[in-house]
Amino acid sequence: MDVASAKMLGAGIAMIALAGVGIGMGTIFGSLVSSVARNPAARDRVFGLAILGFALTEAVALYALVIAFIILFV
Amino acid sequence: MAAEGSGGIDALGQFQLHTALGPLGASVNFTQSNLMMVIAGLLVMGLVWVGMKPRALVPGRLQAAAELGYEFILSMCVDTIGQEGRRYFPFVFTLFFFILFGNLMGVFPLLFTFTSHIMVTLALALTVFILVTVVGLKEHGLHWFSYFMPEGIPKLLAPLMVAIEVISYLSRIISLSVRLFANMMAGHVMLEVFGAFIVMLGGLGFLGYFPAALSLGVNTLLIGFELLVATLQAYVFAVLTCIYLHDAVHLH
Repeated sequence: MDVASAKMLGAGIAMIALAGVGIGMGTIFGSLVSSVARNPAARDRVFGLAILGFALTEAVALYALVIAFIILFV
Repeated sequence: MAAEGSGGIDALGQFQLHTALGPLGASVNFTQSNLMMVIAGLLVMGLVWVGMKPRALVPGRLQAAAELGYEFILSMCVDTIGQEGRRYFPFVFTLFFFILFGNLMGVFPLLFTFTSHIMVTLALALTVFILVTVVGLKEHGLHWFSYFMPEGIPKLLAPLMVAIEVISYLSRIISLSVRLFANMMAGHVMLEVFGAFIVMLGGLGFLGYFPAALSLGVNTLLIGFELLVATLQAYVFAVLTCIYLHDAVHLH
């Protein structure tokens, strides 16, 4: 295998991290829905927390993306 | 450097730095990124200064925006850090609005996102990190080092826990800087890729018009998403700064 194709494969493999991010996103918004369903009055406060969790989880996906970019282009 | 392996789409070329302001800027390596930082700083100052000039009891639009930002950051500081948070409010306010304006300006055409460079975000994260460490040492003296040894841990586990705590403390620099930089970079790369799709598919002739229109729609949605991400990342950066300051002031 030459280096160029190995790099491509490596970048693809780095994206496996997205599986965990998907699980995390599902957990965050799933618990947001269930907590709002239980207590609709808490919606505003819980929504802010969920968005914060969303941003922190999304960052993990972007770490993987940065690693893929480093593999591909650097 | 980006051309190989991405099918001819130069996704990272947009982040290249050029010198701005003609020969004067070139002689001191004043890039468009620096120019954008100056503009962001001036915009923040303008918002606060011009916005608060009327000091009306019933605020106009600009004054309402300035007051809203002020109260939002102040309540964030006080809620997260506690009453001591008022001391760090100016720093968090400046940080939040500098990053917010930097992120938001990148969504507009012809302007450059300076937060899409790791050098900029790393400098910001290092500033926060050094400030937090200095605050912790000043508040608690050498007792601050007990931060790395949580209470109620068996003596046997102490070396392991201290190592983990030190590593997690140091990795704040990386996570804080890479989060902001990666968010801004990834968003702009996506915009670039879908923009290139429009051009490439439109060049195919009649068959390509529908997919090209589709990617134009996706790009429009992405710009809206970018506005959300830009605001959110500025907020996350500020909130994490507050949480770190809370740890430094209160030790866990």
